[in-house]
Amino acid sequence: MALLTYIEAISKGLWEEMERDESVILLGEDIGKFGGAFKVTKGFLDRFGEERVIDTVLAETAILGAATGAAVVGMRPVAEMQFADFVTTGFSQLVNNTASIHYRWHIPCPMVVRLPSGAGIHGGPFHSRNPEAWFFHQPGFKIVAPSFPHDAKGLIKAAVRDNNPVIYLEHKRLYRHVKGEVPDTDYTIEIGKGVVRREGNDLSIITYGATVHQALETADAMAKEGVSVEVVDLLSLMPLDTELILASVRKTGKALIVHEDNLTGGIGGEIAAIISEKAFEHLDAPVRRLGALDIPTPYSPPLEEFFLPNAKKLTAAARELAAY
Amino acid sequence: MYRLTNEQYLDLYYYMRLTREFEETILKLYRQGKIVGGAYTGNGNEATAVGSAFALEKHDYLFPMHRDMGAHLVKGQTLRNLMLQHLARGNSLSKGRDGTGHYADPPLRIYGNISHLGAMVPMACGVALASKLRREGSVVLTYIGDGGSNVGDIHEALAMASVQRLPLVLIIENNQFAYSTPVAKQKAMEKYSDRAMGYGMPGFTIDGTDIEEVYQVCKQAVERARRGVGPTLIESVTMRMHGHSAHDGADYVPKELLAEWRKKDPVERIERTLIERKVLTPSVKAQYEEKIQATLDDAVRFAVESPYPPGEEAVVGVYAE
Ligand SMILES: Cc1ncc(C[n+]2csc(CCOP(=O)(O)OP(=O)(O)O)c2C)c(N)n1
Repeated sequence: MALLTYIEAISKGLWEEMERDESVILLGEDIGKFGGAFKVTKGFLDRFGEERVIDTVLAETAILGAATGAAVVGMRPVAEMQFADFVTTGFSQLVNNTASIHYRWHIPCPMVVRLPSGAGIHGGPFHSRNPEAWFFHQPGFKIVAPSFPHDAKGLIKAAVRDNNPVIYLEHKRLYRHVKGEVPDTDYTIEIGKGVVRREGNDLSIITYGATVHQALETADAMAKEGVSVEVVDLLSLMPLDTELILASVRKTGKALIVHEDNLTGGIGGEIAAIISEKAFEHLDAPVRRLGALDIPTPYSPPLEEFFLPNAKKLTAAARELAAY
Repeated sequence: MYRLTNEQYLDLYYYMRLTREFEETILKLYRQGKIVGGAYTGNGNEATAVGSAFALEKHDYLFPMHRDMGAHLVKGQTLRNLMLQHLARGNSLSKGRDGTGHYADPPLRIYGNISHLGAMVPMACGVALASKLRREGSVVLTYIGDGGSNVGDIHEALAMASVQRLPLVLIIENNQFAYSTPVAKQKAMEKYSDRAMGYGMPGFTIDGTDIEEVYQVCKQAVERARRGVGPTLIESVTMRMHGHSAHDGADYVPKELLAEWRKKDPVERIERTLIERKVLTPSVKAQYEEKIQATLDDAVRFAVESPYPPGEEAVVGVYAE
């Protein structure tokens, strides 16, 4: 066991996979000697060399297209986007080509796209994206979004070993703000399985990524008011752990779905639909959703704060829902 | 040849100095924690930014990048507005929705960059197309870095611009690094201007620290575009003297390389030339320095005293009326 930050856990998992399997290669901008904009791959070049840690030209279509090509002939590329936002520059490759390869060609495309995502770091409209819904809508991707170091390591390892393209969302605000115990052992976290972070009986907060931490704060705050909140951390967005979601909602009868991505067209809408289709008779209140506002991410601090969910907004929503 | 008058030379000097001092102030504010996001400078790029924009007329369009503060200034942007942008104030041109040079100022015909490298150039083509269709005679000047020039958007834009003979000038600012990546890892050909041949457009490689060369070549490209002959690609060779942004110590840049380029510091270069030619006298220089300091002090004071936008305003303006 070691106490690692979220970003260290990602590095650790990636490192172990590169040690384990020679077909794992890294592609990205500034990922070599520099170790990447956020330093996830610091030290990798020295250990694994230039042939496996590839500092690419500045061109996302080339990075994502080349990763796809290498994957279909049996390598296991991990592509880093410098910020999740810039995945759009290579979007056509991913959604048109990568995602449907197995369906069309009947061969696996085992690659990982690492996306440093999320707002709350004063990144403004072009450095703050939560891009999961774009990929969620496109059949063929798996999507994971860890919230704690333990899962960050287990999921990056699972992503590398998966035979499908996996979108790995790593929230920038968690990188150095979240620490946790991470086993030194070679373990993976099953893609498609979430966890109950906090058991509770009165209402369920269903969430993933950065807002898991806000949900836990909310659970603490609500406990003081005598309300027992269950926090479901999805970890995987595709496939969704539908059974876990439904079991929690059947128990508590109330669901608050939260994500940092903006509300409309977000994954929360799909979760709400699943709950209403499969657990309607267990509900004691309408399903409630909370996400960022439906606007581009603004730069100025008061605007960004107004735009984003936070523990205070979650607690207010949870309080209302509990009182329903 | 477009001969520069002494008066124009002094203007160029003024704007380059102003750019340098403005960006130094930005760095100071960043260190004081007054800038919440990233802070970028174009230290080493002043001659390119200023000299290229100086080749424009008032009715021409500017699509600047993150090293081109000097171009904003030449095109008429005020220090107050630029400072408000950097401090994310409610009365900034973007109303706090975005920072730095990311704003639009239609009366000045400045359209600030989006962060996605390359993405602005196809859009600049559209502006050039509109100018052509409306017989405006306006030219569009835009920029991209050595790294960013590899993004596919650039290829698509140049293909369109050359076939449509659009009034567009693209400057590739080859400042030796793209973040930590040296230019040798971005291209295998010798010069970025070699790419022009592939589009059937003229291409030039210039010394981007030499204000006179920058101005001459840009002016010719701009006037060629204005005559409707078509676009030009210019590679301006400079050095990114600072880190990628204020947070970056850039220890991956060899010290000797910096020392070599420091000898060609564009601001000192024009200053030396103008002193030698007796165009810049000590008293004129002192006057400029005083004026620059006063404008800067005013801009900082004005911006610091201006409030942030109220949070609730975030929801306004996603759609046009
Ligand atoms: C499409 C895209 N990919 C990645 C980035 C992240 N990024 C911002 S600036 C930069 C380096 C830019 O280098 P260059 O184009 O040479 O311009 P310079 O900053 O050196 O002037 C990178 C990788 C981005 N902004 N856009």
